[in-house]
Amino acid sequence: MSELRAYSSLAPRHGSTQLVWSVGALLLLAYGLPYSQPLFAALFPDLARPVYVQEPMAALMWQHIGLVCLSSSIAVIIATLAGLATTHNTGQAFKPMMEIMAGMGQTFPPVAVLAVAVPAVGFGELPALIALSIFGMLPVLQATLAGLASVPSPVLDSARAMGMTPRQILTEVQMPLALPLWLAGVRTSVVVNIGTAAIASTVGAKTLGLPIIIGLSGFNTAYVLQGAMMVGLLAVTADLAFDKLAIGLHGPATSGVDNQA
Amino acid sequence: MIIKFENTRKSYGGDAAIADFNLEIQKGELLVLLGPSGSGKSTVLKMVNRMVNHDEGQIFFHDQEINRYNLQDLRRRMGYAIQSVGLFPHRTVAQNIATVPKLLGWDTQSVQARVNELLTLLAMDPKQYAARYPHQLSGGQQQRIGVARALAADPDVLLMDEPFGALDPVTRSSLQVTLKQIQQSTGKTILFVTHDIDEALLLATRIVLLNQGRIVQVGTPHQLLQQPANDFVVNFLGRADLGLQQLSLRSIEPYVKAIEGTPPQHVIAHSVSLREAISRMATLHVSALSVVKEDGTLLGQVRAADLLENNHV
Repeated sequence: MSELRAYSSLAPRHGSTQLVWSVGALLLLAYGLPYSQPLFAALFPDLARPVYVQEPMAALMWQHIGLVCLSSSIAVIIATLAGLATTHNTGQAFKPMMEIMAGMGQTFPPVAVLAVAVPAVGFGELPALIALSIFGMLPVLQATLAGLASVPSPVLDSARAMGMTPRQILTEVQMPLALPLWLAGVRTSVVVNIGTAAIASTVGAKTLGLPIIIGLSGFNTAYVLQGAMMVGLLAVTADLAFDKLAIGLHGPATSGVDNQA
Repeated sequence: MIIKFENTRKSYGGDAAIADFNLEIQKGELLVLLGPSGSGKSTVLKMVNRMVNHDEGQIFFHDQEINRYNLQDLRRRMGYAIQSVGLFPHRTVAQNIATVPKLLGWDTQSVQARVNELLTLLAMDPKQYAARYPHQLSGGQQQRIGVARALAADPDVLLMDEPFGALDPVTRSSLQVTLKQIQQSTGKTILFVTHDIDEALLLATRIVLLNQGRIVQVGTPHQLLQQPANDFVVNFLGRADLGLQQLSLRSIEPYVKAIEGTPPQHVIAHSVSLREAISRMATLHVSALSVVKEDGTLLGQVRAADLLENNHV
C-alpha cells in the first residue's frame, strides 16, 4: 500500500509541456546534427571531426527505439503473464521462485547478461535482443507481483463472497487494481532498457551507443557527448510519456485504494 | 425454514472451532450470533456461503445441502457485508451496488432502477452519491453502500459480519436503526455477527450465544436476560447492568401519564426505551420528563417513580 501511495504522489509531477519540449529537443538533435558543424567545431576546437557522421543519428535513434520496443514488448508480455499465473492454483507454487528472480534483477548488472548472451548466439542484434528482453522482465515481474499483493484482502473477500468466478476476480478486480504498480514497473523496465540498449552497441547492435563507443575508443569526446545526449533525452522522453499515461489511466483508482486500507 | 445446521463441525488443525452445531433459522428472522472473540461466531456465518467449508455434518439452504449448489450461484443468493466493507475502490458507488445484479445478468435499466432504490432506502441521495468513488465517502457512508451492495440482488439471506464494528457510536446507532427498519419493512432473513451486547439486544429477534465453538443458549433477548441458561450467559450479558439491559428492551409509552399542572421543563421522544429515559433524568437531575411525538405535540409526562415500578410488564 505504501508503495502505491508513493507512486501516486510521484505521478502528477510533470505536465505535458515538458514532454513536448523533450520530444522537440530529441528530434532537433537527431535531425539537426549534420548541420551543427560550426557549433561543435567551436566547442571542440582540437578535434578534426567534431560531428558524428558515420551513420545518420536519426537512423540510429529509430533502430535504438525499435530494439527497445521489441525487447520491452517481449519482456512485458512474458513477465506479466508469469506474474498473473501466480494467482492461479497451479501457478502459486512458482511464486517464491519468481520473487527471488525479480529480486535478482535489482542487483544483476545488464552488462553481465549481454556478456553471457554473446558466446551463446554470437555478435549482432540477437544477443542484444535476448539480453534486453531478459533484463526487462525482472522489474515488470516484480511490479506485477507487488500490484497483485496490493489488492486489499477485504476487497478480494467481498468479490469471492458475492459470487464472482476466479476469472472475474482476476480481470475485474485484481488486474485493474494492480495496474498502477504494474505500469510503474513497465516504466522502470523501458527506461532502464533504453540505457542498456546503448551498451548493446558493444556486441554489434546498431544503437545510439555507437557514437559513444567509437568516441571513447578514438578519444573523440564530441562523439561521446552527442551519443550520450541522445540516449539521455530518449530516456527522459520515455519517462515523461509514462507519466502522462499513468495520470490519464488511473487518477481515481489509485487514490481510492489508499482509503480502503 | 431457510437455513439449517445439522451436527456441523469445523476444525482447524485438530482443534474444533465449531462443534455439535445444530440450528434452524426461519425466514424473516434477524438472528444475531453473539459471543466473545474466538467463540466461532464468524466461522458459523462464513460456513453458510462457503467462505469457510464445514468438515462434518450438514448445512441446508432451502432444504438442499450447500455443497450441492454451484458455489457462485449459492453466493449470489446471499448478501454479504463485513466490517472492513471491501468496496471496490476502482468502481463508483453505483457500480459497486450493481455488482451482483450484473453477475446475474440483469439489464441496464433494472440495475439502475435498483441502485437508485437502494441508495434512497439507505438515505443516500442517488444524484449526489451514485457517481462517487468509495474513497470520497465517510466510513459510515461506505458501510451504507456495503449494505446496499449486499441487498442489491434481493438475496434470500443477508450475512453480516460485525458490519458496524468499526464505526463511531453515533454512526453505528443510526445504521442499526436503518437496518432494523429495512428488516422490518422487507422481512429479509438476516444473520448478524457481533460481540456487542447492546447491538445484539437492539437488533435481534433471536440471539445465539456462542462460547468456544458451542451454542450456550438460543432465545429472544428477553429470554436470555430473564432466564439465562448458566453463569456464562449472566456474566457475558453483564451481571451489574442486567437491570438496565432489561429496561433497554422496553418502551416508555405505557408509562406516559397525563400532565397535571405545568409540564416538566425537559422533553423526550415517545419512542425511546426506559433505559434512555432514566439515563436522561439522571443527567438532567430531574424526576419527570415531558413526552413528545416526532412532530412536537405533547403526549404527557413520565415520572421516575413510575418507570422503576414493574407493574406494567
